[in-house]
Amino acid sequence: MAKFFAATIIVIAILSAIPILRHTWDAPEDISTHGALIDEQMSETMAEAGISFLAAQFVLAFFIWKFSGRGPEAKIQTFPGGAKGLVIAALLVVGIEVMALGIFGVKAWANVYLTAPSADAMPIQVQAGQFAFYFRYPGPDGTFGPIHPELVNEGSQNFFGLDPEHDVDARDDIVTAEMAIPVNKEIHLLMHSKDVGHSFFVRELRVQQDFVPGLDVSLHFTATKVGKYEIVCTQLCGLGHYNMKAYLYVYSQEDYDNWLKKEQAMQ
Amino acid sequence: MHDISAQAVHHHGPPTSFIRKHVFSLDHKVIGKQYYALALLAAFIGMALSWMMRIHLAWTNAPIPGLQLLSKSGAPGGVMTPEYYLQLMTMHGTIMVFFVLTTAPFAAFGNFFLPIQVGAEDMPFPHFNMMSFWVTFAAFVVLVSSFFIGDGPTLGGWTQYAPLNAVGAVAGPGQGLGVVLWMASIALFCVGQLLGSLNFISTTLDLRVKGMSLMRLPLTAWAWFITSCMGLTAFAVLMPACILAILDHVAGTSFFVASNLVINDQLIPKSGGSTLLWQHLFWFFGHPEVYIAIVPGIGIVSHILITNMRKPMLSHRTLIYSMGALAVLSYMVYGHHMFVSGMNPYSSLAFSFPTLVITIPSTIIVLIATFSLYGSRLRINSASLFSLGFISMFVSGGVSGFFLAQPSIDIMLHATYFVVGHFHLVMGVAAMFGIFAGTYFWFPKMTGRMMNETLGKIHFWLSFVGAYCIFMPFHYLGMAGNVRRYSSFPDDFLQPLIPVHRFITVAALITGAAQLIFLYNLIHSRFWGKPAPDNPWEATSLEWSTPTPPPFDNFGGELPVVYHDPYQYGVQSSAGDYVMQTSPEQVKTEHEEK
Repeated sequence: MAKFFAATIIVIAILSAIPILRHTWDAPEDISTHGALIDEQMSETMAEAGISFLAAQFVLAFFIWKFSGRGPEAKIQTFPGGAKGLVIAALLVVGIEVMALGIFGVKAWANVYLTAPSADAMPIQVQAGQFAFYFRYPGPDGTFGPIHPELVNEGSQNFFGLDPEHDVDARDDIVTAEMAIPVNKEIHLLMHSKDVGHSFFVRELRVQQDFVPGLDVSLHFTATKVGKYEIVCTQLCGLGHYNMKAYLYVYSQEDYDNWLKKEQAMQ
Repeated sequence: MHDISAQAVHHHGPPTSFIRKHVFSLDHKVIGKQYYALALLAAFIGMALSWMMRIHLAWTNAPIPGLQLLSKSGAPGGVMTPEYYLQLMTMHGTIMVFFVLTTAPFAAFGNFFLPIQVGAEDMPFPHFNMMSFWVTFAAFVVLVSSFFIGDGPTLGGWTQYAPLNAVGAVAGPGQGLGVVLWMASIALFCVGQLLGSLNFISTTLDLRVKGMSLMRLPLTAWAWFITSCMGLTAFAVLMPACILAILDHVAGTSFFVASNLVINDQLIPKSGGSTLLWQHLFWFFGHPEVYIAIVPGIGIVSHILITNMRKPMLSHRTLIYSMGALAVLSYMVYGHHMFVSGMNPYSSLAFSFPTLVITIPSTIIVLIATFSLYGSRLRINSASLFSLGFISMFVSGGVSGFFLAQPSIDIMLHATYFVVGHFHLVMGVAAMFGIFAGTYFWFPKMTGRMMNETLGKIHFWLSFVGAYCIFMPFHYLGMAGNVRRYSSFPDDFLQPLIPVHRFITVAALITGAAQLIFLYNLIHSRFWGKPAPDNPWEATSLEWSTPTPPPFDNFGGELPVVYHDPYQYGVQSSAGDYVMQTSPEQVKTEHEEK
């Protein structure tokens, strides 16, 4: 039975690795300027974790195969070098491995979170609420009108609680249910939650960030490929969480300008 | 220490009434069994919930026979609503994490065996111990009652993030009374674990018998001691957090609700609270909780493997230090759950490095356990199979931690099934394997009867292969971006992944059914199993030197004296290839005794 168990461990380990090696369920193609570093970090981690996983399972299986069922006549032996060698190996090999991952990973993280958006980044505000995203473009004046929470009314489609009657800045704001951006243009995304926690996740953009009620957070990114992508909520926000989504359209500059004009006309 | 235990007297007399003997018992062994029974009940409820969730995820519109009996509004015609899915999911997570993974390996086995392994007649505070169980039981009743009260249990997940947990019924079904019951249940649970932890710590430090130095404690005793130290600090933080959340519901406070929130076009009349405060408090408990679940498992499987290898681990001391390192580091890593939460991005880096460092003691534990097999005389039985399975699962779940420790990769994997696969393998399945191993190993001592080995092995094979079939594909789903906590998958990019979910569901149903074999074996063996000898595994620690099952005062009125290290196997003695800790016989050992 022990030998069968050892063989089972090896078969499971190999079968587990096959979808990874064949890239059966990989993340979709990256469409951001910062995503390559994340993907690279992911590949390096996969190589190190994969080797660790296979090595540990193989050694476990080998020892089970080799040392099970030995009778009392078999001499008890100690692994050469004892625990000291293993501790040193863990400290050196794993220690260096994880520290290297950590240090190199800083760059990928810094690219997204520790750099400020450029001065000409295009601001877009996204508001998350149970269970929809809404987007706001500042209009020709380049300024968002202030939010008045008491004026939020979904029935009258005042999703952000704007008061154009009294706030000049709000008059040209463009509110949409889908997000459109020009390709190769840096976006400064200002994230606001209306009610509870939500998240903004676009796999292709390599972007995921929670909305924090009471605390407006921001992100910046640049999309490099025209197309239609899904924005989904990844923070449990209530019964409709699974269905909270919106589409992101990455357009050429010309198509984006046309889209914006159309949306402006519909306000 | 020795003097105290040498003069230890009965803290309480043998019970005479049924109530004192079987219900409100002060005996740590009965309390241990009560905890085990509670964990068993909770595990099967939790598993049944996961079955229903899995069926719903794979075949969203299929009716589940009988589900409408549990909730007419939650499952009209047996078809689960999205909110009811989230309510069942919340209850599954809560029941499994608190009432199974914390209760069984720590409170159940620890209660029964820690006093015996240190050579004590009982724990120092038997009334606290009794309270600990009954408060935990009350916590379970309060939690389960939410199925039947108001609009059902909370749907906020076992992490109960703010402000969904504090704004009230306006946020959805179960978010009013359901949340209050959840918070009350967990606060009670914390009280129970705090009382238990105090007992465990004082038992280990004060009640060790003569000759039982700290380094002569078995690895199980060390694991329970380290876990109780974690429990004392972790549950002491979660409890007030739950109380604050209750106050937000019933006393008009606003600890976790920020200003100007609008739900259903209503301005929430609260202000000044902090959303992230809850996350910090919760994860300050939540990450140590992972180790509260797994460290007892590490101790249990080490103890069992040593017995079945017929040789000690390569280094007793290094294993203890590694478990201690896990405990200390567990408080420094909790922020890795919050990389994309909106906290300061520099904090993410600060939490990332200790998270990466924690892989070092974990690796040392795996290496020592694995390489100790070298040159052993490994005996294969249900207990050792589950112990070896534990190592395999701990490795498989552990390596995915490399990914989640890095903030940049977490951008892609956070809140996906990759995380679900990771924690189910490393703290769920691995800890369950530790519980199963402990059950097959200690059942003879706990009940006086042997379990059926053939059924045990069938249970192992189905569980081992089944767990991999369920949880390995979770990682692939996560890498493809499959978001967790969705009651169905309407998004375009999730549709192609549904066949994988169906495969997982079939595997979960089969693996779950295999647990019925375990339940049958447990119940059948309890009444009709072969009578167990005092020391069926030829083991060395103190629990095997007592009669089977142990008498009321554990050692028949005479406290033992310890002469040896805990794991003297592979020696030549009058008993065979081992010498018990209580045996005064001098044997030739490879290393000088501590």
